[in-house]
Amino acid sequence: MKDSDTFTLDGKTIPFQPGDTIMDAAMRAGEYIPHLCHNPEFAPHGSCRVCVVEVNGRQVSSCTQPASNDLEVKNNSEELVQMRRSILQMLFVEGNHVCPGCEKSGACQLQAVAYYTGMLSPHFTHFFPRRPLDASHPDTVIDFDRCILCELCVRASRDVDGKNVFALDDRGIKTHLVINSPSGKLGDSEFAVTDKAAHVCPVGAILPKHQGYEKPIGERLYDKQPISVVGDVAANEDKE
Amino acid sequence: MAEKLKVATCSLCGCFGCHMSFLDIDERILDLIKVVEFDRTPITDIKHISHCDIGIIEGGVANAENVEVLREFRENCDILIALGACAVNGGIPAMRNSFELKECLEEAYIDGVGVHTKMIPTDPEIPMLLNKVHPIHEVVKVDYFLPGCPPSGDAIWTFLTELIEGKPISFPYTQIHYD
Repeated sequence: MKDSDTFTLDGKTIPFQPGDTIMDAAMRAGEYIPHLCHNPEFAPHGSCRVCVVEVNGRQVSSCTQPASNDLEVKNNSEELVQMRRSILQMLFVEGNHVCPGCEKSGACQLQAVAYYTGMLSPHFTHFFPRRPLDASHPDTVIDFDRCILCELCVRASRDVDGKNVFALDDRGIKTHLVINSPSGKLGDSEFAVTDKAAHVCPVGAILPKHQGYEKPIGERLYDKQPISVVGDVAANEDKE
Repeated sequence: MAEKLKVATCSLCGCFGCHMSFLDIDERILDLIKVVEFDRTPITDIKHISHCDIGIIEGGVANAENVEVLREFRENCDILIALGACAVNGGIPAMRNSFELKECLEEAYIDGVGVHTKMIPTDPEIPMLLNKVHPIHEVVKVDYFLPGCPPSGDAIWTFLTELIEGKPISFPYTQIHYD
């Protein structure tokens, strides 16, 4: 019998503990699996599909797949990298991600994961959707153009803040973020800038007001080093 | 000595920032012109492109003239490159896609602050605006994309030297950014 439970990730031996997902064990071992909707503080969601890996020949999302002994997991195969790039390209063309005009640029996880996977073009035809901006809250603005439907704000507001301010409505390509208030506006909801939900958005959809360019472009989270070295947006927010 | 590669560049719906960034290769342009000669560019002021090895497009497609110039480039260039955010994904000009074209024109020429002669220009010499601004790959096939607003002179230099030397294109991490 072995001393501990292990599986292999791209040939490296990764130890895991009972209850771990592949993502949990990989993160603890310092191995980066690209992801967007996953944040270790919350229940896994498995929706963005960026963290999909190949396990014994089958593709599964590593944030939801339980680790088990002797799995052979592929993470950085050319096929998986290309698939991740395609997912990111679809996310970019579905919304309006105008990086030169976004306060989050340089500290945005969507951008950073796209850099990591080597995305140089959007490839697909842009949707150019028309979505309203919600600036009704005094401290926080919501730009729906940038929402990638990761449900991190939904989970944070529900599971940590106990407020249920956010939800996803509708299905398929019509899926969109909605706000639980009489007017549907953030300003009329129970949302506060001190909420956990105000600090988990991996993109520039939920942004604090009045501090957009306090940290200049060029000195931002992902300006000098890739996300595989620096870590997630939310993890770095806790440090600051 | 081998014949020089012919290169053409133009700016469609862009701000010429990418061309300015191209000039940020500074004195390296002297090395570049040992191996390339420029056909149609804003510097040579040649009006129509002839057959070229490489065409570099800055800016997205916002009006009928942009479509014509882009197609002329595609027909005449063996390799076509989208340079910068606007060519790659429409960039800042594509933010007008969140509004009707009529709303944009009325804001600029009728309802705008300080507008004296309220009239939307209709001179036939002015190219017709498209309903939406598009990245160039939605109009023609594009061979290479170099994002950035603008891409740095160093990124442009890395790309051009690797392309011309026939090497695989790869960049240091800090040279690729979308903003």
